[in-house]
Amino acid sequence: MLAKRIIPCLDVDRGRVVKGKKFEGIKDVDDPVRLAKRYSDEGADELVFYDITASSDERDIFIDTVREISHNITIPFTVGGGVKSVEDFRKLLLAGADKISVNSQAVRRPELIREAAEIFGSQCVVISIDAKRNDRNSWDVYVKGGRENTGLDAIDWAVMAQQLGAGEVCINSIDEDGVKGGFDLKLIKRLSEVLSIPIIASGGAGKMEHFLDVFNAGADAGLAASIFHYNEIPITGLKEYLFENDIPVRR
Amino acid sequence: MIGIIDYKAGNLLNVSHAVNRLGYEAVITDDTDLLSKAEALILPGVGAFGSCVENFRNSGLQPFVDKWINDGKYILGICVGMQMLFERSFEMGEYKGLGYFKGDVVRFEEPLKVPHMGWNTLNINRPDPLLDGVENGNYVYFVHSYHALADKNDVIAYTDYGTDVTAIIGRENIYATQFHPEKSSKTGELILKNYLTIATGGEK
Repeated sequence: MLAKRIIPCLDVDRGRVVKGKKFEGIKDVDDPVRLAKRYSDEGADELVFYDITASSDERDIFIDTVREISHNITIPFTVGGGVKSVEDFRKLLLAGADKISVNSQAVRRPELIREAAEIFGSQCVVISIDAKRNDRNSWDVYVKGGRENTGLDAIDWAVMAQQLGAGEVCINSIDEDGVKGGFDLKLIKRLSEVLSIPIIASGGAGKMEHFLDVFNAGADAGLAASIFHYNEIPITGLKEYLFENDIPVRR
Repeated sequence: MIGIIDYKAGNLLNVSHAVNRLGYEAVITDDTDLLSKAEALILPGVGAFGSCVENFRNSGLQPFVDKWINDGKYILGICVGMQMLFERSFEMGEYKGLGYFKGDVVRFEEPLKVPHMGWNTLNINRPDPLLDGVENGNYVYFVHSYHALADKNDVIAYTDYGTDVTAIIGRENIYATQFHPEKSSKTGELILKNYLTIATGGEK
């Protein structure tokens, strides 16, 4: 039976993992390769790395990091951050990434999804969506780190991305991000009703129960950052807990 | 030395890293002179079946691989590299495969989520030295939208995704996995290690 996945997310700034970009004052956390190996050993199912410094000259540092990670870990990993062309895809895939996540640049130019899927296959194209509740009982798509409302409906955009060839959706709830009050379950339920590709839920994890809830709501994977970095929720313990609650997990 | 067949089908570095981690030298190449010096071959594959099989044929590698297999030397197909060993695929059209295993490669049917992506269990169909130390129910990493309908006698292990999905096949000197051993943590490492031991007699 296909297991539900637990995915730690690592924000990388000039070769170092830092505490999430939405927190005040970025704080240095760890070396990405060391942290990646720790997660791989503890039973994380996949890893996600975001390059949070978008400038092009620092991109090469990130590519070196990606290369080093691929030498050292034996589980799949996704990379993202400022990816805007098929050429960016190629560079990151050749450095060893398994999947590439696109966000703002795909909103700006949706064809990027189709181009990448046609050349590299849908399996490596992840559409990452920052969604925020609106007063019309739905969610808007935000870009630029949650600062700009695009006016696009998040559910419609996810469906369109799937049609264009995205192989997976990573949905980040801006409302819940950093609050640790649980994932946006309504958003996950709604998406799982309309999508036929896997869904990674992100934003809001604070307790083990939150993962149980989000898997029961239809998510295929649960993603979180600081609760794993600081070992507030140990991955091994989380998997035991989920297993005891009848969620199929790899242990 | 382990030869990783390069026919421009996606990133092969991760396979090479995995071979290196087990203490073997690996060469990624389409040069048949170099490949012929290898103790064992790996045929990877990422992307669409049609373009993979077309690139493979255009690269002129097929006569070499045919001879390699007929000489009784070992080859391991991975993912689309496994699918290519079958007779036919229906991925975006209809394509002829290399035909080493009987059967067709077909798309998963709705309402299953496609791609089948993530960790799934190995359900062992028959014992094989490739599975030395591997237990029924161990998890490995899959990512694919099409799967091979194989002859049951060829199947070493299935996985369960709506139906019995071919996870490992093997016959004499030909092995193949639908999942990615290079991405499947300790279980993947073990299967790859077993393959290399079988294929090389443990010579590094």
